[in-house]
Amino acid sequence: MADKTFVAAEIAEPERRKVFRKIFRQLGAATVITMFGKAVLDSRPARAASVLRPPGALPEPEFNAACIRCGLCVEACPYDILHLASWSDPAPTGTPYFVGRRDPCRMCPDIPCARACPTGALSPLLTDIKKADMGVAVLVGHETCLNYKGLTCSICVRVCPIIGEAISLKSIKNERGVLQIPTVDSSKCTGCGTCEKHCVLSEAAIRVLPRELGLGVEGAQSVGRW
Amino acid sequence: MRRLQAVLYRNRWLFSRRIVQLLIIAAFAVELAAGGYFAQGNLSSSVWFGIGLTDPYIWLQSLFAGAPLGKAALIGVVIVAVFYLLLGGRIYCSWVCPINLVTDLSYWLRQKLNIKSNYTLSKNLRVAILVLSLLLSLLSGTLAWETINPITLFQRELMWGSVAGATVLASIFLFDIFVTRRGWCSHICPVGAFYSELGRVGRLRVKATQAGACHGCAECIKVCPEPHVLAPVVSKKATYVTHGDCTRCGACLDQCSTGALAMNLSFKKTSAFKGIPVVSSD
Ligand code: SF4
Ligand code: SF4
Ligand code: SF4
Ligand code: SF4
Ligand code: SF4
Repeated sequence: MADKTFVAAEIAEPERRKVFRKIFRQLGAATVITMFGKAVLDSRPARAASVLRPPGALPEPEFNAACIRCGLCVEACPYDILHLASWSDPAPTGTPYFVGRRDPCRMCPDIPCARACPTGALSPLLTDIKKADMGVAVLVGHETCLNYKGLTCSICVRVCPIIGEAISLKSIKNERGVLQIPTVDSSKCTGCGTCEKHCVLSEAAIRVLPRELGLGVEGAQSVGRW
Repeated sequence: MRRLQAVLYRNRWLFSRRIVQLLIIAAFAVELAAGGYFAQGNLSSSVWFGIGLTDPYIWLQSLFAGAPLGKAALIGVVIVAVFYLLLGGRIYCSWVCPINLVTDLSYWLRQKLNIKSNYTLSKNLRVAILVLSLLLSLLSGTLAWETINPITLFQRELMWGSVAGATVLASIFLFDIFVTRRGWCSHICPVGAFYSELGRVGRLRVKATQAGACHGCAECIKVCPEPHVLAPVVSKKATYVTHGDCTRCGACLDQCSTGALAMNLSFKKTSAFKGIPVVSSD
């Protein structure tokens, strides 16, 4: 009985139902559009990459616009080091990156990854892999690095594919005596990640970071200008 | 034997489509004995036997995001765009897109379970999403739809076994079963909307074979994923399905028991530019 009156009420007020329906629909559309928009604006490319890009990658904002997430670079890499970022990864969805500690770039002389890229997101102008700029190595563990403790580990120096140029041992003197310190020449280091991969510590004392993160960017912070 | 033949015949378009779709997925996913794959890349951009193909919609997003144009990609875009422009854009939807497998399954289940709920969405929604995705690409400098596009997500993630991809596919699957008939492909997906616009003049079209063969049972309209495109033909106002929304899936041909419909490639300059032709009443 109650049901019947309810149905009757509904039929009696088709206008109201229509209005409600319209409101719900518009609300739904607005929600979807807002979520989508927010997701996109949130994933707006940072000024600097937070991950290591394949060799020849354009600066991060341009790379993010140019790369169409096709994965041709990923498949071209004979060492299978590249991955397309999924949602949970720190890079925009679908863009290629690698993790040096897991699997460093072997610096193939013919740069197959960049050759495979159809869009120029990996620049075709890069012909000498030694000029690649995937990132830069930084010795961050001044307390944990074995060479800083006075031992002669130097593994990171010995594994570097451009040994002697990108990283070399420089002696410094302190109260413990003469230390042989792995020292990176940031203008030569390509950021391939080999040193980080092979650091003997359980967490590497030498890290390969995107250049802006590893070296900082010159210029004053706004706070400094007050 | 007869029965089998009959089943095959009644599903000739469906089975051909499935074979093509699965072959395309396999070309990307199955490793060859000699190493490598038939097709490299994914549906954003791929290389088949040395020929690069690039999806024009994704390329357009990249353009809006402010990217310089890659030469290789540009050639690939032209090849793909011309193909769909000449034949009919949404051929992509029925014959290539892997999501179609999911949404067709949803639709089939919907029929089997006799689910009637159908939340009406405007056909213009997907066009709005298409415009929005380009606008957001422009604003954000990233490929807006590619952050969620289930088509490439399917290839990137599901093939490599990821949960994120499975979640998205599952939601599309459920949405299409319970919320709206043909919800995703006919109302939301901007890729379909894009190809629909691109293929407006496409020349591979469904044709009414001869006047009189059609009984007007409208069975074809019932199975069509985009029913509105068939209406002019069934009501005998036109001989060709000219609407860009037609996916060339052939479901109508499979369904029609009188052979009143055919799929036809005709480059004759008959109708498309002069509006819908009227069947002469005899
Ligand atoms: S240079 Fe070689 S190892 Fe490094 S990412 Fe490219 S293909 Fe892979
Ligand atoms: S090949 Fe180029 S466009 Fe494709 S994923 Fe790699 S960087 Fe991006
Ligand atoms: S491999 Fe690690 S511990 Fe050894 S010298 Fe290099 S940074 Fe130090
Ligand atoms: S509408 Fe979109 S998801 Fe559906 S088949 Fe077409 S491209 Fe694929
Ligand atoms: S008209 Fe026929 S071929 Fe076109 S979408 Fe409808 S059922 Fe498929």
